[in-house]
Amino acid sequence: MKHCIEGSNAVARIVKLCRPAVVAAYPITPQTHIVEDLSKFVSDGQADFEFIRSESEFAAASIVLGASAAGVRTYTSSSSQGLLLMTEVLFTIAGLRLPVVLTCANRAVSAPINIWNDQQDSMTVRDAGWIMLYAEDNQEAVDFLPLAYKVAEQLKIPVMVNMDGFILTHVVEPVDIPDEAPLGKFLPEYVPEHGQFLDVKNPVSLGAFATPADYMNIRQEFFDDLVDAKKVIKQELKNYQNIFGRGSDELVEFYGDEKAETVFVAMGSVVGTLKDVVDELNAVGKRARFDLRQARRAAVVKIKCFRPFPTEELQKKLRRAKFVAVIDKSVSLGQEGILATEVKACLSGGEQVVRGFVAGLGGRDITKKQLVEVYKSARKKKVDATFVG
Amino acid sequence: MPYQMPFKSLLTPGHTACAGCGEILAMRHVLDAAGANTIIAGATGCGEVTTSKYPTSSFRVPWIHANFENASAVASGILAAMRYRCNEASKHRSNESKAQEISEPVNQLTSPEGAPSGSTNLIAWGGDGATFDIGLGLISGSWERRENILYVCFDNEAYMNTGVQASGSTPIDANTTTSEPGAKSMGNSLQKKDMVRIALAHDCVYVATATVGNVLDIEAKVKKALSMTGPKYLQILVTCVPGWYTDAKDTIKVARLAQQTGIYPVVEYVDGKLVNVAKCPRPRSSVEEYLKLQGRFKHLFKDEKGATEIKRIQEKAEENVRKYNLQ
Repeated sequence: MKHCIEGSNAVARIVKLCRPAVVAAYPITPQTHIVEDLSKFVSDGQADFEFIRSESEFAAASIVLGASAAGVRTYTSSSSQGLLLMTEVLFTIAGLRLPVVLTCANRAVSAPINIWNDQQDSMTVRDAGWIMLYAEDNQEAVDFLPLAYKVAEQLKIPVMVNMDGFILTHVVEPVDIPDEAPLGKFLPEYVPEHGQFLDVKNPVSLGAFATPADYMNIRQEFFDDLVDAKKVIKQELKNYQNIFGRGSDELVEFYGDEKAETVFVAMGSVVGTLKDVVDELNAVGKRARFDLRQARRAAVVKIKCFRPFPTEELQKKLRRAKFVAVIDKSVSLGQEGILATEVKACLSGGEQVVRGFVAGLGGRDITKKQLVEVYKSARKKKVDATFVG
Repeated sequence: MPYQMPFKSLLTPGHTACAGCGEILAMRHVLDAAGANTIIAGATGCGEVTTSKYPTSSFRVPWIHANFENASAVASGILAAMRYRCNEASKHRSNESKAQEISEPVNQLTSPEGAPSGSTNLIAWGGDGATFDIGLGLISGSWERRENILYVCFDNEAYMNTGVQASGSTPIDANTTTSEPGAKSMGNSLQKKDMVRIALAHDCVYVATATVGNVLDIEAKVKKALSMTGPKYLQILVTCVPGWYTDAKDTIKVARLAQQTGIYPVVEYVDGKLVNVAKCPRPRSSVEEYLKLQGRFKHLFKDEKGATEIKRIQEKAEENVRKYNLQ
């Protein structure tokens, strides 16, 4: 059913519908509304999960780690400094192969302190071993959550659902919240694997230390499982689409003119702006002189799943592109936009010219006008690691 | 033929702890007193490294290790999962029989397909570094939430696993690799942090100390603690042969002297009230007897300056005797 509600409220509602047993969180802007709403559900008797008010994000992550190891469904949410404070535990959750689900309300990282949106927080922990999804809008932030649980619990790999802070978390727009019955069909009760969780009837040791003789094999096995996860994510996207009639089973989505020479690549809410820009560029292109038309075509490729990185999928979507303009809301200081590096690696050996543009850091607006400039400079100038705006 | 232990324990042989390790001995008694219906969340440290080399494990109970500082918060999560399952099970029961719901939350773990398995003990443990220093905030959070968890600190008074660096628990004048005696130092310049008072300030229902010099006392205290509902803290002084520079044969003797000299008061609080102290024998041993068995205090026996320090430590013991009425 469709509701005109705030993004955070929509996320809280879907979390409740996913029936976690334990929710632990610590407040940080702009994640707070999600946690407040979850707490209120418990106070009002509308949900029966254990809501653990923790004393730090480090504790919150540790609590969901413990609960997940005890074999129940768990949820936490954070942002920015909070996510960074969790970092050590995020790696451990993944290494222990616990199916924790986390929403990150993406926000800039200190210093200077800044509460507004970019994606530096989650991109900084990209190597932790989590599946990382990026929502374009609130509908996706909602739909990705049942998907996250379904995938996490099948593969024993945690999933982070990213949604841009304020731009999505605080925006009020219509969102279709799945009904209980079909959601229950898509996401059944979580039953942990026998002998794989803390149970006095089947004592197991979790979190052993591994010497050089074993550590690398265990990490490689995890690496392989994470790469293989793409199949399951696609399958579950398809299952979700079949039940709810929304979304696609693609990890990477293409929007715009199939013949476009210049293609944007981006993640998160900026894709919405880019779609408008692409539409406008293509509309102008159609009216242009025939010999200029090719140059005016535009498209955008949206990366829904950043980890595992959809290498082949992206190569396929960009096979016709000549110029690729990657929009990054994060930067590896001393190198370039993080997504730009990954797209370049993905297309190495290809004919495409890939250029990185860093935009929207610390909540700076990304305007259509700026993106048209990016479009032009991606084609013309020898530029890279350009800061836009 | 493989070695056969002459007795059964929930902590099995084959661990890699040093000969004379006080921590592993105390850990075995904690575990055996708690029994098989127990889940352990342990911190990084010797207690983890010596017991859990992949793919082996010394534990016959469910055991988890995550990070250095979060054993207590991991236990918080396990407890929350138990409480959820217990509530779900009681809802299920009350739906069937219209019986009253259980109002008092208890630690019950139901396997997802099965019935409640009875009251399960939940223990979080760690060394003094994990407890006094890096994990203190998370322990405080768990205590604030009044969680029904026994936290056990194996206190060997320094970061032994990393090579004997000073912690917040290191006693005054001790020689560690980050508090070396020298031309301008008599060893550790800071007083040992008083974790017992920190636990009492959190209104823990049970707060006690013990030493590995009296393992029956450890067992009695674990059993008593686990009979109570709420946050509980047990701190056990455990001799560290390589860290204290003691002889393996002296592990029990040194720990006993810590209690008998009054320098490590063995106390027991229930609901904030001091209910028990281990009395020092008459005549009471001097701290010198305790210190001289340990290489970490060797520098105090060299000159007059050292003698003055020993006097200060003796005064601290006297203060403890008066404060806790140890004699």
